[in-house]
Parts: sequence; structure tokens; C-alpha cells
Amino acid sequence: MRLHSPDDLKTLQAELCNNGHWTGRTLIIPAGTCGRASGANDLIRKAREELLRGEFAHLIRVRVTGCHGFCETEPSILVEPDGLFYPRLKPADVGRLVEATARGEIVEDLVWLDRETGARIPHQRDVPFFKKQRRTILSRSEQVDPEDIDSYLRNGGYSALLKALEGGDPAWVLQEVKSSGLRGRGGAGFPTGVKWEMLAKQPSTQGKFLVCNADEGDPGAYMDRSILEGNPHSILEGMLIGGYATGATDGIIYVRNEYPLAIKHLHIALEQARGLGLLGENILGTGYSFDIQVVQGAGAFVCGEETALIRSIEGQMGEPRQRPPFPIQSGIHGRPTSINNVETWANIPIIIEQGAEVFAETGTEHNSGTKIFSLVGKIRNTGLVEVPMGITIREIVHEIGGGPVGNAEIKAVQTGGPSGGCIPASRFELPIDYDGLAKAGSIMGSGGMIVMDGHTCVVDVAKYFMGFLKDESCGKCFTCRKGTQRMHEILDDITQGRGTHDQLDLLEELALVVKDTTMCGLGQTAANPVLSTLRYFRDEYLAHIDQQRCPAGVCKPLITFSINENCSGCQACAKACPADAIYGERKQRHTIDTSKCIKCGTCRSVCKRDAVEVA
Amino acid sequence: MNGMVSLTINGLVVSVETGMTVLEAARFMGFPIPTLCHMDGLSPYGACRLCVVEIGEAPRARLVSSCTYPVEEGLIVRTASRRVIRARKMILELLLASCPQSKIIQDLAAAHDVQQQRFRQEYEDCILCGLCVRICEEQMMAKAIGFRNRGEKRSIGTPFDLHSDECRLCGACMYVCPACQLRCTYTEPEKAVCGGCANLSPPCIEKEPFDDMMCNMTPCVACEIQKD
Amino acid sequence: MEAVVDEREVVAIVDRHNAQCGGLIATLEEVQTVYGYLPERALRVVANITDHSLVDVYGVATFYRSFSLRPRGRNHVCACLGTACHVRGAPMVVEELERRLGIRAGETSADGEYTLETVNCLGACALGPIVVVNGTYHSKVEAASVKKLLKKTQPEAARLASEPKVAVSSL
Repeated sequence: MRLHSPDDLKTLQAELCNNGHWTGRTLIIPAGTCGRASGANDLIRKAREELLRGEFAHLIRVRVTGCHGFCETEPSILVEPDGLFYPRLKPADVGRLVEATARGEIVEDLVWLDRETGARIPHQRDVPFFKKQRRTILSRSEQVDPEDIDSYLRNGGYSALLKALEGGDPAWVLQEVKSSGLRGRGGAGFPTGVKWEMLAKQPSTQGKFLVCNADEGDPGAYMDRSILEGNPHSILEGMLIGGYATGATDGIIYVRNEYPLAIKHLHIALEQARGLGLLGENILGTGYSFDIQVVQGAGAFVCGEETALIRSIEGQMGEPRQRPPFPIQSGIHGRPTSINNVETWANIPIIIEQGAEVFAETGTEHNSGTKIFSLVGKIRNTGLVEVPMGITIREIVHEIGGGPVGNAEIKAVQTGGPSGGCIPASRFELPIDYDGLAKAGSIMGSGGMIVMDGHTCVVDVAKYFMGFLKDESCGKCFTCRKGTQRMHEILDDITQGRGTHDQLDLLEELALVVKDTTMCGLGQTAANPVLSTLRYFRDEYLAHIDQQRCPAGVCKPLITFSINENCSGCQACAKACPADAIYGERKQRHTIDTSKCIKCGTCRSVCKRDAVEVA
Repeated sequence: MNGMVSLTINGLVVSVETGMTVLEAARFMGFPIPTLCHMDGLSPYGACRLCVVEIGEAPRARLVSSCTYPVEEGLIVRTASRRVIRARKMILELLLASCPQSKIIQDLAAAHDVQQQRFRQEYEDCILCGLCVRICEEQMMAKAIGFRNRGEKRSIGTPFDLHSDECRLCGACMYVCPACQLRCTYTEPEKAVCGGCANLSPPCIEKEPFDDMMCNMTPCVACEIQKD
Repeated sequence: MEAVVDEREVVAIVDRHNAQCGGLIATLEEVQTVYGYLPERALRVVANITDHSLVDVYGVATFYRSFSLRPRGRNHVCACLGTACHVRGAPMVVEELERRLGIRAGETSADGEYTLETVNCLGACALGPIVVVNGTYHSKVEAASVKKLLKKTQPEAARLASEPKVAVSSL
């Protein structure tokens, strides 16, 4: 059923709202990749079974959506319209949950339990993780079924596109995006409106490209995956608006192939949008033509870099090239190209809908809107958090994140992935925005926020990033290829207890040259993890060098495992030890044979009495 | 469109044709810039990073490879600023640490007063400058060899490391290679920096066996001579 | 274990993707889906019928991590080594997997049963460490739970063993 005019679309939206209007309750089950990995599929099946069994279909519906963000607690269920949040469910819990919901009741023992106060918190909006968030984008993932365009339309989907098309003035759209102050969410923070303005000025005789960069290579960041899986139409709508504003003719979504569910949902969404005539020739009879193609990545972090991405789209090795010329002037096959991040695209329909002024009310000066961070690592409440720009790190880590997991103190957060740096706990009052983070020696990046505690060794983390980068470097620039290799070599020496002060000086010298001389962003920022950990945690490096000691207890050659007097002799560790290195009588304190010990940590993880020590 | 562009190199205002690279402009004016992966007649690649120069003004001044950077109106270039020299010396240290037996690299190091190499010594035969790949593709129109893999595993060779049907045994790749062109025979493993080498003849003719060199021709002319 | 390449099949795959952007990469991805890896013969066919030289095709095939030029085992075990997984102990999990399977990451066991690979981030960071076995995601894996995890794959090994080694395309 093709739509031939803006009025057709409005009629369809109205129909869906009226006919699809549901007065009962809905069980919303997040089933993104995380959800499915945690058992959401079983929950969905059980929920549907229970609805049939109890004949509750006239009272309750099930909506399967993408990620909601509180991944730590999945599989979970959200009850609409009450806003009840049921975390960490087992299939066995579903029966009584469904029955209670049918009666309009809350199942007390299944809702959120606040560890500090012991209180039960049934409503999502009151749960600490959600309370301080501003879930402009993520809340939409709760409302739509990603495999059904009707669900998107019913929730106001494609209204922003309508507004743009009916206005009839691409310049107005450009101005709105500029006034909103939206900055690229991929990491660099370049003003999106300015970029689009430059693209609009380019000639389109041979075509102009808009690209959605869904490569999301930063390890630890997965907000783009969540948006693509949970609300793919928001990206399509954003790109349609962008195409209209800039005169672009073709859209490409470059997704990394490690995201199969996102790719699947994108293809479904594209097919449905085309079917309605929202993509293709003469959209809604306005004369505007635009279509989008999905191009898959093939496992290369460097392809997140603009010029490498372009080469990958062209079917070549992902080697970056020098700029100028910039992609806006000469991109895919030499044509003007604007590359924007997934989250940037997701913000576009919101800006057009709400208006630039309202959008700019959130955030700080020069940093408007919200940002989604993936809060992972050694933190209690792991997941995706959407917060207004300007919120402090402390608020995110302690109030939303719930503080440390285990008994070690949080000592730093790492932002910006392999291109970023760490911010120590002493600077957690720092408000998060592009400029603030840059001053502290890190970058916003795509939004990965990895929490590190006393059991995380910063030298090990720096070495990890360097290992990652030397593997992902395209290898063209001598300084990047050899530089990352040699920096990794030195860091390896330090973690093995062979490091010297001369090497530390050499590491810093080399880091600065690699930063200065490499052609693309990967090499230019490769030194950041090293330089920022040296800046804030030099003493940890020195402990490795001067005392051959790893304060965090991580670097294997420098630690020994031993069993203390807490040991009850239960033999759990001895049985679990893959190297047969633990011996002892039952009910007697056990001993670890350090000559056999491979330091895998299995004994520590199975011990229930905190009897394994690492020093 | 052949207009003229005016830029400042080392304080000197110069006027050159559009389309020139900063490297060409600087050399034209007599300013020396070292290069390894550059060769007139081949497209510029920008792999070795030796030709970096500083452009722009503080606080936005940055280093770019002059062989690939086109001249711009009003551009400010410094070919030997402190930042540039520091970069070049470190690059040469890294080169010596990987490929000490190349006379070209040794000479460059000596010319830049590089007295030491502080990394773990390696003996690689290839610095991945890509001259061989480019000459094979652009001048010999054969495209028999190319880059494979990435990062530290990046290498140059024929597809599948098998004999290539496209290779015409012209020897151009060997001719341009800075690593095997002029090979230092005075190599003491403990000393990365060579004192002064007078060897000028291609070492593969004298060296035996020939196995640890990067050569893409099987058999090669030198091998044939050696057999006689 | 080397696959027998059906040339017409490869030509059909090329035709499907040739016109679009990123065509070469999409072509190779489909070839790999069909054969489990990229056979030399298939790459030569691709080079012959497209504008790409064999050097370029081989370069692209070796540049991208997700391509394999060697046949893979019947069971594909993939461990995530992203930052979030790393700080939660993923390296220990990988070591344990290497120990139990008797191979290093990137290798295939001699009997052709298992291929062990690592990936730099799967994007399921909240549930790390993650190990994907034959497409199924396992979350919060510890070194201690590797043994049980691998045991679960045995039935899959038996099931896959009964399927033909070269997947005949039904497209």
C-alpha cells in the first residue's frame, strides 16, 4: 500500500492510532542482542504461553522490543502504562507476574530492591539507574516494535519527515539543525549543521552521499547497536530529513558485521519503508527521491575513520588517506559525502519534531542535547545511560551506576575507547561535555565509559589498548605500525617486571612522535591511553618498574596466589584448578603450589570464603 | 586550471603552480626534505612519514607528510622546526631498529645526527614503503605484487605467495627497494648504527645464501649470475 | 577439508553484488557464508570476472578480520576481547579455551572440530565476558565455566557433523 502524498501518511498515522489504540496493559520485553543472550527468548515464550493459558489476551499484550539500556538486569519486563519495572526474571516468575498484571496488581518480591535501604521500588522512573537519565532516545526503543513500521508510525514516527517536507524549504531544515547545536556523536563533536551546510553547497550532478557510520568499533561501546536494533526507523527518518536538507541523493548505512540482529532489523525496516513509498523515487509525491543501502563491514576498527570507511564502501582495503580533500568535497567515488554517527542521526527527527530551541535547552552551552554512554566494567549497574550533557562523572558512576561492584574502590573511568584516556576518581566532579573531557586529557569518543577499580591495573589497560591498536592499524604509516608495536613492546616489558626508567622516557617520547606524525585519527590518538595513564597514575608504572610489583594484582609475572586462614578446606578450589596446583586435606587449610600455578584466577572465583589472596 | 599559489616556506614567500605538493615546492626552493617512500614518477604515498613538515600556526600547527599535501594559498610551512626534527630523528631510530642493514637508512640517520637506537633490534628486510608495489603497478603496468594483511602483519608479496603470471621478471621492484638496494655488509648485530659503509654493489650478487631477502622474482637475474 | 568450488555459483554471487557500493566485500562475505571460508579458487574467479585485480582481491581478503582463507572447523568458538570484557577477565577465559581445545586463538583443531577465534568487540559489553559458540551468545563466562560451556557444544558438533561439509547454495 503505497503512500502518494503527505496527507496519505497523515491518514495512515491517524488510522493506526485509532484502530491500534490499546487500553489494556502491555508487557514490554527487551530482546536486543543482550536480552537474547540473557534468556529473553525464554521469557517471551513463557509470557505468550501464560497469556494463552489464562486467556488474558483481551487484557494484556506482549511487545518485543530492542534494548532498553539496563542490560545488567535482563531479561526484564516493563509493564505499560503503569511503568512497572521487573528486573532479572526467570521463566518461572512469569506465571504469577502475568496473573498479577491481569488483576492490576504489583508483584512486590519481583520489583527492584534497593540494596542500601532495603526498600522495594516498583516504578521504573524511581529506580536509581533510570532516575537521573534523560531518556529522549532510549525511551523510544521501549515504545516501538523494531520489526513493524506500523508501531513506529503509531508513535509519531515519520512526523518529523512530514514537517520537513511540508515546510518545502530545505534551508529551514538546515537552519534548525544548526541552531540546535547538535554536535557529531561519533566522537569528534563537529557541529552537524555546519557539516550539512557544506554538503548542501556542493554540486550534486553526479550524486551526493549521506552515510550513517554504524561501524561502532570502540570496544565497550554499543549504543549504536542498541538504536539500530531497537529503533531502526529513527535512523531512516533522520537520513531522509538529511537528504532533503542537503540535496543528497543516496544514503548508505555502513554496519559492522558483528551486529547481525541490527543488520536484520535494518533490512526489515528498509523493505517496509520502501513498500510504503517512504524511500525511493518521488517520496510522498513531493518530487524528492532518496534511497538507502546497507553495506556491511568485515571486521576492521580503522574503517570507523571517515576516509577508511569511504574506501571500504568502495570495496577496497580500509586505508585512510590524507585530508584535504575532505569527504564533503570528494568522498565515495569522488562524490561529496557527509558521514554521521548513528546517534547523531537518531537526534535529527527529535530536533525537527521538538524544534531547535527546545532541543538546545538540554545540555550546556556549546554542548546541547543528551548523550548515550555505555557504562560498563567494574560497576554495579551496567548498561546504556542517556544523560544531558554537563552531568558530572560522579553522578553517572555513583548515582546512576550504583557505585563499585565488589569491595574495591572505583579509581578511574576510561572514555573514548582506544582513542581516549582515563579520568581518575579525583576528577569525577568534571561535567561531561566535549570540551571538558578534552581538557582532562581524554575525549568523548562514541560514548564508551569503562569503569576501573582497585583491581584494574592501568599499565595492563594501556597495554591492552596498544595491543588492540597494533592489530587494528592499517599498517600504512610507518610511525603508526611500528610505533604501536614498539609501545606495546615497552608496556609488555613493564608488565613483566623488566621495565626501566629509560624505557618509560622512551615510551613518552615515542608516544608524542606517533601522535604528531601519523596521518589518520587512529595513529594520532593511539598514544592517548598511554599518555593519560602516565599523567594520572605514574606511581603505578613506577611500582612495576622499581618494585616489580603490580598494585592491582593483575600482571601475572608480578603476582602470587596464596590461600589465607579463611580457608575452610572445602576443596572447591582444588577441584576447579585446571593446573592441579592446589592441595590439602579436607577441612584443612589448603595450599597453592606456586610452581604449578598458572594464575588463571579460577580458585579465587570459586572460593566462597574470600580465602584466596593475590599479592 | 594552472594558476599560481603563494605560500610561505621557512619564512620565505614563494609562488608556485597549483597542483604541486609541498615537497615539490620546498625542494624547488632548495630546502632539503628527506624521503624514503617517495620517487619522482610514482604517485606519492605518504607511508614513511620522513617528509613531515609543520604547517599552520600555533596552537593549531600540525605535522603532515609534505609528499601528499597539495600547496594552498597562504599556507605557512616550516621544514625544519623543532617538532619536525624531533619527529624525523625518532622515525630514523625506529627505522634503524628494524632495518639496520639498509645503507640508505644508515646514511639518512648519519645525516640527521642519530647516534643511537633504543629499541629491541630487529632485522627486517622490508619497511613497507610500497615503492615496489607502485612501480610494478604504475610504471610496469603489471600489478603482480601488493599489500596483504594489516597492522604489524602487513607485508608485500604475490597473491597466495605463489608464482605470479603477471610478473615479467623486470627487476624494477628490486631496483627501487631502499632496503635491498644498497645493503650494508658491515653489520655487527650489537651495533645498530654503522660507522661508514663503502659498499656499493647489490649484495645479493655476493651474498649467499640468498634466502633472507625480500625478492619477488623467482629465479632472479642475480641468482642466474651467481649460478655461473 | 578444502572445499570444492562451484564456479557458476561464484559468478552468480558476483553478479548479485557487483553493481552496488562495497560490492567486493559483500561478494566475499557471501562466498564465505557458502564455503565457510574463502577458497583460493573462488578468489581467482572473482578477480577474473570483475575489474579488480587478483592483488586487490587478495589484499581485501586478507585485510579484513572476518575473512578466513583457511577452512574453519565444524564448531566456531568466538571469544570477545573488548575492553569491558577484558577488565572482567576475558583473557583468562581465552587462555582456558586454548587449554581445553588444545589450539591457540586463530587456529583450527587438527580433527577439524573446532575453530577458536577472538573478536575485538561484539557489542554486548554489559554481559561480558562473552563467548559465541556457533552463533549462540554465552554471557558472563568465567574460566571456571568454560568446561561446561564446551560440553554443551557436543550435541551441536554431532548435528553439524551429519551435514554436508560444503554447503550447497539453495539461493
